[in-house]
Order: sequence, then structure tokens, then C-alpha cells
Amino acid sequence: MNEQLERDAAPDRTTDTQSGVSRRSFIGKVFIAAGAVTLGGKTVAFADDAMSPTSADSDVPQWAMVIDLARCDGCKECTKACQETHFTGDQEWIKVFEVQDEAGNTVFLPRPCMQCENAPCLNVCPVGATFRNENGTVLVDHERCIGCRFCVAACPYDARSFNWTEPVNPPGATFANYSPEFPVPHTKGTVDKCMFCAHNAMDGQLPECAQACSMSAIWFGDLKADIATNGLETVQLSWLLTTRNAYRLKEELGTRPRVWYLPGHGEGSKVVLPQ
Amino acid sequence: MSATLNYRRARLQERAEAPVRPGAWGVRGKLLVGGLAVVVAWGIFAWTWQVRKGLGVTGLNDHLSWGFYLTNFIFFAGISMAGTLISAILRLTHAEWRRPITRLAEMITVAALIVVASMVVADMGRPDRLQFVLLHPHMRSPILWDVLSIGTYLAGSILYLYLALVPDLAILRDAGVGGKLRRRLYSALSLRWHGVPDQRRLLVRAIGVMAVVIVPVAVSVHSVVSWIFGMTLRSGWNSTIFGPYFVVGAAFSGIAGIVVVMAIFRRVYHLEEYITEKHFRYLGSLMLVAGVMYAYFTLSEYATVGYKMEVGGGSLLSALLVGRYAPYFWFFAIFGTLVPIVLLALPRTRTVKWIVTAAVLVNLGMWVKRFVIVIPSMALPMMQYEWGTYRPTWVEWSITAAGFAAFALVFVFLARIFPVISVWEIEEGWEVETAAARRLLPSAVASRAAAPSVMEEVS
Repeated sequence: MNEQLERDAAPDRTTDTQSGVSRRSFIGKVFIAAGAVTLGGKTVAFADDAMSPTSADSDVPQWAMVIDLARCDGCKECTKACQETHFTGDQEWIKVFEVQDEAGNTVFLPRPCMQCENAPCLNVCPVGATFRNENGTVLVDHERCIGCRFCVAACPYDARSFNWTEPVNPPGATFANYSPEFPVPHTKGTVDKCMFCAHNAMDGQLPECAQACSMSAIWFGDLKADIATNGLETVQLSWLLTTRNAYRLKEELGTRPRVWYLPGHGEGSKVVLPQ
Repeated sequence: MSATLNYRRARLQERAEAPVRPGAWGVRGKLLVGGLAVVVAWGIFAWTWQVRKGLGVTGLNDHLSWGFYLTNFIFFAGISMAGTLISAILRLTHAEWRRPITRLAEMITVAALIVVASMVVADMGRPDRLQFVLLHPHMRSPILWDVLSIGTYLAGSILYLYLALVPDLAILRDAGVGGKLRRRLYSALSLRWHGVPDQRRLLVRAIGVMAVVIVPVAVSVHSVVSWIFGMTLRSGWNSTIFGPYFVVGAAFSGIAGIVVVMAIFRRVYHLEEYITEKHFRYLGSLMLVAGVMYAYFTLSEYATVGYKMEVGGGSLLSALLVGRYAPYFWFFAIFGTLVPIVLLALPRTRTVKWIVTAAVLVNLGMWVKRFVIVIPSMALPMMQYEWGTYRPTWVEWSITAAGFAAFALVFVFLARIFPVISVWEIEEGWEVETAAARRLLPSAVASRAAAPSVMEEVS
């Protein structure tokens, strides 16, 4: 059984984080632990295993997002919907940038978390507070995060926000039942980011940003079933990506994002980023 | 044993013991300790304020999330290099002149590593979860490598410092220095040392083993510190030479650290007879070598970026050389590297005064260099933002000041309890000298029996 499934199944998250490692992943780590670290006679569980979950025979959905830059008009309704649902205050988990593309046109570029398959943020976390769930979505556990901000430094997309001060949690947020899938209320000294509305996906709903987009520019889909929808139409995901010359941001870094962009003006004209 | 040697020995022990005798601090010493303690206490207050209010009380933000604490972290990690590594290398190469300075060097390491650890805690958003690093270690993270490496280095350095202290603690025990508590401490820590041949053999062996072990550990420390940066995809940090670059940088600032500390203790504890101009000149030469290597690494790093002018690296380099960070970069390049190298290279300025001046400049320059490593790469936007800005607040200044004060304070306390020059090793040095003299002048000193062995060596 996957570690994250166990984490999710456990009702009490505080105790769950103490022992969230399956036997298989644990045995896999034993040789690393061999040199190691026993505390009070109890072998310490390594918070390692946010491995890529995709296996050929699994039917578990692998969420992906496709953002149509030709449709985005930069109204930022996505950002607002996200902020209201997740009580993020000033934080913009999906941020709309105004950038140039290679042809010199101005393009609006909404940037959620890329949910990278080779996620730099996940690799560098010293306590495994950043992990990947079975849907391939990268989540942050506020109850585990130590606030070192290494993930903030490591993310090539600036997709992470830190709670620098005591977050203003409105009443609705205060009574929320915290989980990494619905990371509300927020915690001072820990890191937040977009998690593809993992709470919505569980109920069969599109992410808030996709729902709020009046231009239907945000497609959400499953790489496994090869299907995507923007709320109006449902299409084959691979068809959408190939026919529209989809690309990913900073492809050359090898992070393998699960967010694709459809060029805005002119076929294949990509946006230009500072590094 | 000759009367001269007895006199030398008594004099040396007197010099070494004076600072640890009751009342050795005097009024000025007490004022100094009090002043340092106030700065540290203020820093702790600033930190509790930061813990209460959140890291938002600092100048850090989402676009520049690491600042002074990380700068101090690398700086003191560099200083820690000084000690144990230099002392170990000099021991392994049988550099005789090391004897009066190894103790000070080893103490530097221990004091610096304490500050290194505090800076990590100061930077944490949730210091109350520090134990998670051990309870839920994620071995893929360079921070974990740092915890293991620096932890090992600290433990090893304390052991290494302690081993070489044992015979000196026995001298203090036998001399009955101090009140009841101190006498008990020296007696317990000296492990019934009486300098019998078996004990000596064992000690020399243990120190030898530690000296070998500590070298790769020290190299690992500076490598994994660099990899906190080197393992990211940020321009300026995304570099393959960061490991060796940091190791050499640590050697450079570490040696400069020893020179400064040496100069202070030499004057305050009147150790001119033991710590001589020769020590400054030799360390100056080592510092020169490290400095030239560091300059070379710096050139190599920036030239390869500057030639290609990739988008990220190019704009970073422009900011460093001619842009917003140019004052910091050029301060480092000129006053932290060029001027010290010239001072150390010219025969005219190879005097205590100028070597110490060079060392002070190197320390300042290297702190600024660490700032230049951390901040500009952080400020350079990864997406379509403005450059990040960083204005450290009173909290960061206070905690930084407290870091330096704590370093000094730990040192002052170590020096109050343990001799800062290694008495038994200096004495051993005299024996080596005498033996060498015998070998060089066999007809004058040695008995006839020694002659055939010399012949054997020749043939």
C-alpha cells in the first residue's frame, strides 16, 4: 500500500505523521538506515517516499492541467477564487503574470504549482513535509514543515509562499479541518502552495481556478485516462496537447511539470522568462 | 635534565596556567565578558521576538527568503575550518612550528560550530520542530547531509581538542590550580594521565587517527554547505565547482580567523615568546596560497558564466559587476582578496602588523562574499517579477551581532578553563629539537653507539 494512502486514511493527522511509512518503502530504506540513526532504541522512519506513483497497471488518476494562453484575458478571477476558497490572504497560489512571448506579444500567464514529476521542492525538504500523493500532486504537510524555506529557494517557478506572520484566518478558515489536501487554516512559519485543489478532486470537482475562469481557459484532466475538461467541453488530453503545440515552462530544467500551456499568439510561440 | 630546560618548562607552565588561575579575568576581562553577554542576551531577546511574531519581523520575503542568517551560517562554517583542519594537516605533515597554535585553532572550530548551529535555528520558521530533522529525516535533502556532516565534525572536533588537552589537564591537576570545583574538573578530565610511555603511545596514536579522520570530515562539511546552494536550479548557485570553491574559501577565511585570534591572545595573554613572528609568517603564506586559489576559483566561476551570458546567469553577473550588488562584490574582490594577497606576497609587508591587517580584511571580505553568494541569486527573479529586495531589520542585525559575540564568549570561557597553548606539545617540541641537534652533530653530542645507525641510513 502506498504511504500516502495510509497517511490519508489515518483519521488523526498528528499521530499519523509520526509513523507514516509503509513496510515496503521502509524495507527499501533499511540499507540507508543501516548507518543510522536510532533514537531511544526505536529505528527512525525515513520520511523519504514521495516517489513517483505512476505504475503501468494502476488506474489511479494522474492529474494534469492545461492552460490556454490564447483564451486567458488576465482577469485574475482564477486567483481570486483560489484566495477565497483557501483563505490565502495576500498569497497568490495561482498568479497571473504579464509576459512577452517569443514573437514579442504580451501574454497573460497564469502560474499554478507545476506539480513537477521531478520536483526540486520535494527533493530538498529535510523532513519530507512536501510529498506526492497517489494522483501525482505535490502536497505540503503544515504539521511537518519546519519552515527552513529550502523549497522556496529550490522552486524554479516561484510557486511557493511562506507564512511570514500569524496568518489571518477568518472564521470559516479557523473551523476547517486541516489536511494537506485542504491546507486551511494556515500556520505561521510554514509553507503554502497550490495543490490542484486536491480536496475538489476527491469530490469529482474541477479546481477552483478552472471553475472560476470565465474564458474556460483552464483545462483539468487525467493523464492516465487521457481525458481533459474545461467545464464546457471534454476532450482527449493528448489530442489537446499535440494539436495545439502545448509546451511546459522551463522544460530544459528537467522538472517535468504536469502543467502545459497552449501558445497564445501564433503556433509555438513560447513565453520568455527571466531565467 | 638540564637546569635550562627545567627553567624553560616552569616558565611555560606559568604562562599557560596564568589565565586559568582564579581572578585572572581582572576588571577589564569582566567588563568584556559582561559586554559580550549583554549582546548575546539582546540577540536571544530578538530571536524570541521573531519566534513570537514570525519571520515577518525580518527583511526576508517570498522573493528573497534567505538572508543574513544563511550568510552567517556559511561564514562561521568557514571559520570552523580553521581550526581542526589546519591543526590536523600541520600535525600530519609534522610541521614543528604548529605546536603553540594548534590548541587555539581547535578551540576556534568548536566555538564557530556552536554559532553555525544557532544560525540554522535562527533561520527556521518553526524552531519548535527542530527535532523533526531527526525524527523524520528525508535523506535526499542537502540539509540532512549538513546535519550529519556538521554534527560529525562538531563531535570529532570536540574529541580532537579534548585528546590533545589531556596531558595539560594533568599538569593543571598536579599543580592544584583553582578552587574545589575546578580541581575536581581537571582531575576528572585528565583521566589519570601520568605521562607513562603506554599512555603516551596511546595518546599519540589516538590523536594521529583523529587527525586523519577529521580532514575528510572537514572537507565534507564545506562541500555539503555549498550543496545547499549547488543542488538548486538558481542562476549563480547552479554551479559544479561550488564544493571545492567553498572548501578553499573556508580555508582562506579559516586561516584568517586563526591569525586574528592568535594576535589577540598573543597580546592579551603575553604569549610573544611562544607565538612568534614566524607563526604569523607561516600562516600568512598558507593564507596567501588559499587566497590565490580562491581568486582563481572566483575567476573561473564568473568567467565561464560571463562568456556565455545565458539569460539568468548573465543578468546576475551584470548585477554583481556593474549593477546593484557591485559595491559588495568589488569590496570583496579588492579589499577581501586583492589587497590581502598583495600584503601577504610582498616581503616588506610580511610583518605581524600587516599580516594581521590582511587577515582582518579577509574576514570582512569573506563575510561580504558570502552575502554576495546568498542574496543576489535569491533576488534574481525566477518568474516575471521585479528583483527581490532585502532590507535586514534590527532583528537580523541583533541576532548577527549576538552570533559574533557568542563566538567570542565561548572562546573566552574556553580560554578561562583550558590553557590556550599546548604545554606538553611545546615541551615535546623541545625534545624533538634536541634530538635533531644530536643527529646533526653526532660527534659533538651523541655517544659512539649512535654513529653506526647514521651510517646505516646513509648507506
